[in-house]
Amino acid sequence: MKSPATEAPAEPGPPPIKTRRFSVSLVWLVPLVAVLVGLSLVIHSKLQEGPTITLNFKTGSGLVANKTEVKYRSVVIGHVSAVALSDDQRSVNATVQLDKQAEGFTREDSQFWVVRPRIGAGGVSGIDTLLSGDYIGADIGQAEGRAKRFKGLENPPPITYGEPGKRFTLHTQDLGSLDIGSPVYYRKIPVGQVVAYALDADGKGVNIEVFIHAPNDAYVTDNTRFWNASGIDVNVGANGVAIKTESLSTLLVGGIAFRAPEYSPNDSAAAEARTYELFDDQQTALAPPSGKAQYLTLRFDQAMRGLKVGAPVEFLGIEIGRVVSVNLDFDEVQRSFPINVGIVVYAQRLGQAHKKMLKALKHDPDDMTATAQVFSSFVANGLRAQARNGNLLTGQLYIALDFFPKAPKVAFDLNARPIAIPTLPGSLEILQEQLQAMLEKINKLPVERIAGNLDGNLVELRKGLMQFNSRTLPGVQSTLADVSKTLQSASATLAEDSPQREKLSETLDELGRMSRSLRDLSDYLGRNPEALIRGRPSNAPPIDLQGPPRN
Amino acid sequence: MNRTARDHPPTAAELNLCLCHSCGLACDMRDEPHSCPRCDAPLHRRKVNSLARTWAFMLAALVFYIPANLLPVMNTTMLGDGADSTIMSGVLEFWAHGAWDIALIIFIASIAVPGVKFVALSLLLITVQRRSQWACRERSQLYRFVELIGYWSMLDVLVVALVAALVKFQALGDIEPRVGILFFGLVVVFTMLAAMSFDPRLIWQAGPEEAMDEVARH
Repeated sequence: MKSPATEAPAEPGPPPIKTRRFSVSLVWLVPLVAVLVGLSLVIHSKLQEGPTITLNFKTGSGLVANKTEVKYRSVVIGHVSAVALSDDQRSVNATVQLDKQAEGFTREDSQFWVVRPRIGAGGVSGIDTLLSGDYIGADIGQAEGRAKRFKGLENPPPITYGEPGKRFTLHTQDLGSLDIGSPVYYRKIPVGQVVAYALDADGKGVNIEVFIHAPNDAYVTDNTRFWNASGIDVNVGANGVAIKTESLSTLLVGGIAFRAPEYSPNDSAAAEARTYELFDDQQTALAPPSGKAQYLTLRFDQAMRGLKVGAPVEFLGIEIGRVVSVNLDFDEVQRSFPINVGIVVYAQRLGQAHKKMLKALKHDPDDMTATAQVFSSFVANGLRAQARNGNLLTGQLYIALDFFPKAPKVAFDLNARPIAIPTLPGSLEILQEQLQAMLEKINKLPVERIAGNLDGNLVELRKGLMQFNSRTLPGVQSTLADVSKTLQSASATLAEDSPQREKLSETLDELGRMSRSLRDLSDYLGRNPEALIRGRPSNAPPIDLQGPPRN
Repeated sequence: MNRTARDHPPTAAELNLCLCHSCGLACDMRDEPHSCPRCDAPLHRRKVNSLARTWAFMLAALVFYIPANLLPVMNTTMLGDGADSTIMSGVLEFWAHGAWDIALIIFIASIAVPGVKFVALSLLLITVQRRSQWACRERSQLYRFVELIGYWSMLDVLVVALVAALVKFQALGDIEPRVGILFFGLVVVFTMLAAMSFDPRLIWQAGPEEAMDEVARH
């Protein structure tokens, strides 16, 4: 081997061949990147994939696999991946693939329902589904537990979870025309709705759950009364006919109204889930609170026709309670059938009077003995119960508690429970008695004697009249004849050919002549005034002294 | 098998010539020049790294073929009713509605053609690697066919682009492209690249292994 330095210029060796540093071509990066992209897609979709749940619906109407979406607040949170009949063929199972973000919808109390167009008395909903097709509405629950299977609701829940507001429970005898979704009004403004109802555990009442939206839930206070505002309230009074209804829709779907009485001191917003009584109407609802019920017993000796259980009990005209029982009793001692009437009174309905009374008497309403003492003093002052006629046409009775200071004193049993209030006969009975007494008095009148006297008087009268006829009347008759004569003579006097009239004519002629001569005299004197002194000259032309023609 | 020089005119390889891709000069390869003496473009006897590139591009296309068919390519909203549709669901929908001709066109252009390309390219690659002398002429025809149908696969992408641009009626109707069409476009691009990378002359190459590797490397 020769060293290259000593060699002649070497022959050009083989040209340097550019070789890649890597034996693998860089072009393989392309499928590698493609695989990476594909893998990232798979991983991404795996990460995005949420839980799968199964919804059980009664019918699969409107549910289409891979098309029907599940929406919450109009945002798609998943879709139906399969629709199949349940194992027992009684319902439809819809498998829903939820999104990753919708993981919370697997909470146990989440709700799902099919949104379809609905037209009801309360309004129209789901119109958009007419065009877009049905979708499944969802409402996220709040429970901690998770579930895979859910029972689909047939109707959308009226209130979604997390809606600001408060729920309250109303207790009533029956549901009436209320339904889920029936509005709740406050001063005629809809502020909430009925969200659920259920029978009591013992089946003796209905619990209605209402939801009042914030911020109006603050108006539900501890003193608030709820009443059923369904239908029309027609009032015929002195001012005419008044028809009241909360709104037209309450006519159809019913409704509830609430309000606190005008005078509600120290009122504060009610706590969530408080239970209220649902009254039948506004009047009952806004009446003062009844307070503690006080049972009393009354014993009537007369028939109580027309007194029904539920009849009002009035105290000085104010309704404070009602009749709870009417029972016939048998009195061994008197061998009679008295009637025991049980009543309940609510002293608090007396309002201010009750408060002042409690204060004045320093009375604790819960102390029965003290209560009996108070009633004892009232009875001593004349408190009596009386059955009165409330309606003369129908004969309905009501019980009136009143003070009759003149009522006969009776013994009051302090130990009797319930407290017994002495009674007085009813007003009609009193009237009957008075009539009876009057009739008796009339019976006692000496009618015979009066009649005898009256007869004698009449005879006297007759005699007087006969006397009048026989004596007085003839006199009157002669007088009348005289008068007639006088009139006749007067008439004759004034007749045409009567001598009086003749004489009168002559007298008048004479008078005429006299006046003529007087005129002549005055004429002459006018022409010859000297004649007064000298007298009439002898040559004086003769005055026409021709006398009046004598006839 | 080996043909003698006398059977046919000498090939460029026998004359040690190589055509410049850029200026078309037939260069003398005896000195193993790396670039064209006229235009200085790199000289290759065969397409560089043809088999590896074709395999790589085809595999990439194959990988993208999966999301292209599984992911929705288009979102159609008609009167508030929105629905994503994949290529296959579109085909089935057209078929179900009785438009079997349109369904057939979409099926052929979007699903069958890429599939055919994969099969054809795989066939060509495998036979070339195995130096198979089987049906060289037909394989050559197959390659030309693959190149020919290459650009027609873009039909789907064009349709989606066109429809998405045209159907914009707000609430009445709206069509939007979805990510699947991007992968579909990539599939088409990569199959075209694969077809371009393949050197059809390799079909006729039936030399020893070393020569094959050598030409492939240049």
